[in-house]
Amino acid sequence: MMPEMLWKLLEITIIIALLIPMAAMLVWVERRVIGIWQDRHGPNRVGPFGILQSLADLLKILGKEDWIPPFSDRLVFILAPIIGAICVLMSFAVVPFSPDIGVSDLNIGLLFFLAMASLAVYSVVLAGWASNSKYALLGGMRAAAQTVSYEVFMGLSVMGVVLLTGTFNLREIVLAQSEGWLIQSQFVGFFIFLVAGIAESHRLPFDLPEAETELTAGFHTEYSGLKFALFFLGEYLGVTLISAMSVVLFFGGWLMPEPLSAWLPPLVWFIIKIMCFVMFFILLRTSLPRPRFDQLLKFGWMVMLPLALLNLIVTALLRLTGVL
Amino acid sequence: MNKEKLANSLIFSQLRTMWLVLKHTFTKADTVQYPEQKPYLAPRYRGRIVLTRDPSGEERCVACNLCAVACPVDCIALQQVVDDDGRKRADFFRINFSRCILCGFCEEACPTYAIQLTPDVELAEYDRQNLVYEKEHLLINGPGKYPDYSFYQQSGIVIAGKGKGEAEQERPPIDIKGLMP
Amino acid sequence: MLTDLATIDSLFYLAATVAVIASLKVVTGSNTVHALLYLVVSLLAVAVCFYLMGAPFAAGLEVIVYAGAILVLFVFAVLMFGLGKDETINAPKSKSVANMFGAMLLAFALLLELTVIINNAQIQQTLQANVVSSKAVGIMLYGPYLLAVEIASFLLLAGLLAGYHYAKPDVQGSQL
Ligand code: SF4
Ligand code: SF4
Repeated sequence: MMPEMLWKLLEITIIIALLIPMAAMLVWVERRVIGIWQDRHGPNRVGPFGILQSLADLLKILGKEDWIPPFSDRLVFILAPIIGAICVLMSFAVVPFSPDIGVSDLNIGLLFFLAMASLAVYSVVLAGWASNSKYALLGGMRAAAQTVSYEVFMGLSVMGVVLLTGTFNLREIVLAQSEGWLIQSQFVGFFIFLVAGIAESHRLPFDLPEAETELTAGFHTEYSGLKFALFFLGEYLGVTLISAMSVVLFFGGWLMPEPLSAWLPPLVWFIIKIMCFVMFFILLRTSLPRPRFDQLLKFGWMVMLPLALLNLIVTALLRLTGVL
Repeated sequence: MNKEKLANSLIFSQLRTMWLVLKHTFTKADTVQYPEQKPYLAPRYRGRIVLTRDPSGEERCVACNLCAVACPVDCIALQQVVDDDGRKRADFFRINFSRCILCGFCEEACPTYAIQLTPDVELAEYDRQNLVYEKEHLLINGPGKYPDYSFYQQSGIVIAGKGKGEAEQERPPIDIKGLMP
Repeated sequence: MLTDLATIDSLFYLAATVAVIASLKVVTGSNTVHALLYLVVSLLAVAVCFYLMGAPFAAGLEVIVYAGAILVLFVFAVLMFGLGKDETINAPKSKSVANMFGAMLLAFALLLELTVIINNAQIQQTLQANVVSSKAVGIMLYGPYLLAVEIASFLLLAGLLAGYHYAKPDVQGSQL
């Protein structure tokens, strides 16, 4: 009993201890890759290839004054970034990394992920409200509307997966894909999930809550120092999480087709797949412009919602008739 | 807007953009690794300012103050003195490079080609006071971009070693009180 | 030790206490957003209760729908008012420590509990023994409770139509 629990705690600690530096690395990777795509070099001075850039940034951010605006609501102001980081980290608890790594096999794993994603919005909304400044407030309101809307399609889009695998348990979903990845039949669902995921983690092109050009920095305008770093951490962990979930739900998790699977351990395959998605997210960021807010919501309700419902119904019909 | 166009703009143009950006993975970076790898600066690049000398090695600047007037940020300060040999010189000549915007107006205004901008841009200092250049810092031992030009050889001013009418393109003075044509 | 505390009963009562305290804070507080936050905590605690009673599906939906969507809309509505004048008049003048850390403590208790549940293999097993699976929930909803589901959906449809009607640009064509 006791050693088992200790072992679990150790596993959690290791996963967190790997995830957080990874998120920090991601900041560097993103800046470097965007640099390459914009015909620049990107940060390449600190350490070999600039790998330690994030460390330098961290040190700098720790040295900054951690200012809490006197006009803010102190408690909520402090709480907001913590909620964000915790929600994203909690979601990782249900992600099955490999056949025997993964914190928990919750039988409602998928629901747990959706729940945490929907709680994460509080971080942004409350940050916007507590800052008590108009830019932050606008950002928070945008975040609330955007997240609540896109949550709907995100939930609906993964229901096709649940229909086909018959379970909410993420590990079982992965195992059910041993014959073939679900992307073969659920490409519409995957597309919707991806778009909704971008909107949920408010990355570009759907970063309207923090749209720099119009809202200075949106909901984290008033944040500085460590609390700002927490927001940053939450954002990059969110990107990793959405990538991981896409891989788990649609691309067979750690599974690979026959000849390839023997080459590398499952965990490595999983990470490689995640990195592909992260790269895709970064590519989206460099290439696509930000839509207007009403366009975003219109696109959501007019295009994505019918598409998600259609996908669900067609999947159900095909399932009933035994095609899938 | 018809449906087809809309669909095009929604999906196709986005994908095309992403493809175009992705292609840049294999293009060479336009920026250079600066301290190790210097970018090419044209000879007429507007960088650090120098005061030049005429071909005979004398200071060109006659301290006429035109550059100081032309300077939009008022970063040139100078004072004129007249030497015994008839030449005018700047008693002091000071440029505050922490204010200079390297616009080149001073160079345009200068009647003697004394003040010139050079393609040296590395003006960084830890102490701001070090950016205030005095005359001895500005003066170089050469004529700069105009190797043959000498103001005093063009103008009618009398200096030691050059009397009236001895300048280039100048005729000897006419004796208006004489009777000869 | 942590393991002794971590029986289902004690966890349930802890979550229930959190829910009760948080609900009390909802109705006694004077700051709207803080009250809503307490409501969120209370709903989360109720979700934990559901989970401990073997209804993980209901727990998940509770968090997604109530805490994640409906209350976000509440907060959204409150955001419109901002930290206006009337808000600051009602707000307690002295921000005592208890006031500051109440919500945080309650939420922390829940977080701890969740970690214990996730960690604890034994509890996992007991929980899995008598769970109501999502399949069973679906069968119940579309079997005995079909009428209730239909009535609820009618209600929602009516709400949807009313919302559409109010949000529609009026006859003159001017935007609301
Ligand atoms: S540098 Fe040129 S313009 Fe300036 S004072 Fe000297 S002669 Fe005049
Ligand atoms: S370059 Fe422009 S700013 Fe600088 S000294 Fe000359 S006139 Fe002044």
